Amino acid sequence: MSPGHYLALSTILFTIGAVGVLVRRNAIVVFMCVELMLNATNLAFVTFARMHGNLDGQIIAFFVMVVAAAEVVVGLAIIMTIFRTRRSSSVDDANLLKY
Amino acid sequence: MSAHLLASGAVAAQVADKQSGEPFFFWLLAIVSVAAALGMIFTRKAVHSALMLAAVMLSLAALYAIEGAPFLAFVQVIVYTGAVLMLFLFVMMLVGVSSTDSLVETIRGQRLWAAIGALGFLALLGAGLGNAALGDSAGLQAANSEGNVIGLARLLFSKYVFAFEATSALLITAALGAMVLAHRERTTPKPTQRDLSTSRFKSGAHPGPLPGPGTYALHNSVDMPALLPDGTPSELSLNPVIAARTDTIERHPDLYGGTAEEAVDRDVSAVKTTTDEAEDAGAESRAVFRSGTGAPGGDAPASGPGAGSGPGSGSGEREGEAGK
Repeated sequence: MSPGHYLALSTILFTIGAVGVLVRRNAIVVFMCVELMLNATNLAFVTFARMHGNLDGQIIAFFVMVVAAAEVVVGLAIIMTIFRTRRSSSVDDANLLKY
Repeated sequence: MSAHLLASGAVAAQVADKQSGEPFFFWLLAIVSVAAALGMIFTRKAVHSALMLAAVMLSLAALYAIEGAPFLAFVQVIVYTGAVLMLFLFVMMLVGVSSTDSLVETIRGQRLWAAIGALGFLALLGAGLGNAALGDSAGLQAANSEGNVIGLARLLFSKYVFAFEATSALLITAALGAMVLAHRERTTPKPTQRDLSTSRFKSGAHPGPLPGPGTYALHNSVDMPALLPDGTPSELSLNPVIAARTDTIERHPDLYGGTAEEAVDRDVSAVKTTTDEAEDAGAESRAVFRSGTGAPGGDAPASGPGAGSGPGSGSGEREGEAGK
């Protein structure tokens, strides 16, 4: 399999994640779509590592995973805090900063 | 996109690290992951989305393993599927698992424009990918010669050691941030057991514990109300959810063909007769209660032949003992 196949798969998954971020309203699902996009870029990094024959791409993918884990922790805590005050996890309901 | 696929098909012959069976697993995992990703954004229930995301992540882990990244494959399974996704599910349970997205568009034409934008983005990335001189893949045989983990560790602790140290600061900050965000300051002092007891008596509703279901009743099922010492059924003993249900008859094939109300009436009359008998005999109160559970057990097989099985005979024996 050429790296192009893997990169195409990564592109498709990234686009699906972006569509999910655009169309979904539930903040948790939006967050899961962001995770899907991060995973898609990880696949691209791993493919690049294989393409170039060194492990730097895998290291970057590893760092992406670490940062994603930290981001999930903080993001879910924020979603829970918003849910506590507004009793809703919909992204449409948090509109205090509008206008 | 198709032009690029043709181009990559042309280079496929000269891939350095050809593995047998790779095309089959690649296409299998690609189809599974894309289908699961599409399912993730199109299912309405958030839990289903999370499970679909788990499928995508596991497929990606398998793809990492195929691509010579066994360490990342395991990290993907353990950290992403194991920890991150479970965190998602925990928060989903806290926030409310029944929350489904509404299908009403709050911004007009949002979905249409999202689809158009996605197609444009896909075309853009596909064109970039198709025009890139990807060449053949060098393969990781040399880099993984002393093991993937050792190779990664050599890089991580030499070239990327500063980023690695920065990661520790990031993780500590994230842990602290989660604690600060999830922590709720108590604005009122915590009520002690004494305060709770006082408020319970002040409200005057029901100071003691509620009666348990099935007390002094023939049926020990949780949906049969308890009988109070004077023989009246107590609604308080039932869970309000159970009391609100109306399909009692279907739930009780053991009620000798009757409804729950008839069964309660039978229990009430049984308790009353035994109480009266005991009062006549002037027996002590403990014997009253034991024969109170036993006496209708003798009646039951007469009214319904199939019903008086284990409990009926057992209580009949106890009644005999109490009689002696």
